[in-house]
Amino acid sequence: MSDDVKNLLGQRGDDIGCDGCFDELDRYVELELAGADADTAIPGMRTHLESCTVCRDEHDSLLVLAAGGR
Amino acid sequence: MAFRRHEADVSVALLEPPNAAASVDPMPAETRELDPASRTWLDDLRADGARRDAAVARLHAVLLKAARFEIARRRGAFPHLRGNDLDDLALQSADDALVAVLARLDEFRGLSQFTTWAYKFALYEAGAKIRKRAWQGREIPLDQPSWERFAAASSPQAGVEEAELLAALGESLDALTPHQRRVFTALALNEVPIDVLAERLETSRGALYKTLHDARARLRAQLAERGFEIEGRGE
Repeated sequence: MSDDVKNLLGQRGDDIGCDGCFDELDRYVELELAGADADTAIPGMRTHLESCTVCRDEHDSLLVLAAGGR
Repeated sequence: MAFRRHEADVSVALLEPPNAAASVDPMPAETRELDPASRTWLDDLRADGARRDAAVARLHAVLLKAARFEIARRRGAFPHLRGNDLDDLALQSADDALVAVLARLDEFRGLSQFTTWAYKFALYEAGAKIRKRAWQGREIPLDQPSWERFAAASSPQAGVEEAELLAALGESLDALTPHQRRVFTALALNEVPIDVLAERLETSRGALYKTLHDARARLRAQLAERGFEIEGRGE
């Protein structure tokens, strides 16, 4: 199945939503950078990032910016 | 194989409802051990006079850096936007993010570095502004699904299978409420950015995402009933 078709239907599972994603994004990114289990610490975030392109873009950018400050 | 039909005895996966409530840590920053740099940011921004003014100027510079980074990262998708427009957008984004950060300073929980927390406001503003500018004056396609891009992306074998799936998906749109159908058509099929649609429909990004999530769940269930098994990203 192409990624375009997968993106249409998003991911199954608990989804933290756009508002929850924004609230937790900085903590999630820093857990990732620390090598911690960010997905267990913040349930529903990974599902959301794989289902919402705009939030995924913000995550990817924040990861780069936060990594640059270390 | 990209997807396959279920056998008759294969159960349909249950769809979990979205978790609308974020897991908010009730402990305020004042009672948490902050890293020294974050502590300095908070103390300076809460100070008076020249000390606070200098901190606000430093914060604006941090936010402008993040906004320019985000706009540079996204500008390839919007080739018709000019350099001056993009720099104006970055400055507006930093200005708006500064207002948001200062207004929400008490919400900083110390669960990340202060600059990481602040960056996300600039990324949010810059991303939304460049998408809205790119869609300015364009009609939002709410009612006419666009399927062309899916056909172009498929291999010959996968193309047949995906064509069957997409045909079933098109028929399943009738199972959605009118609002779900319009939101799914705009966001998923026609790739309208969610914040652009939220502005046009005078609603919030979070509310639209909830509608999209519910629509996807209903479509997955419809497709499963027809014998299609849907993979997720990365599967």
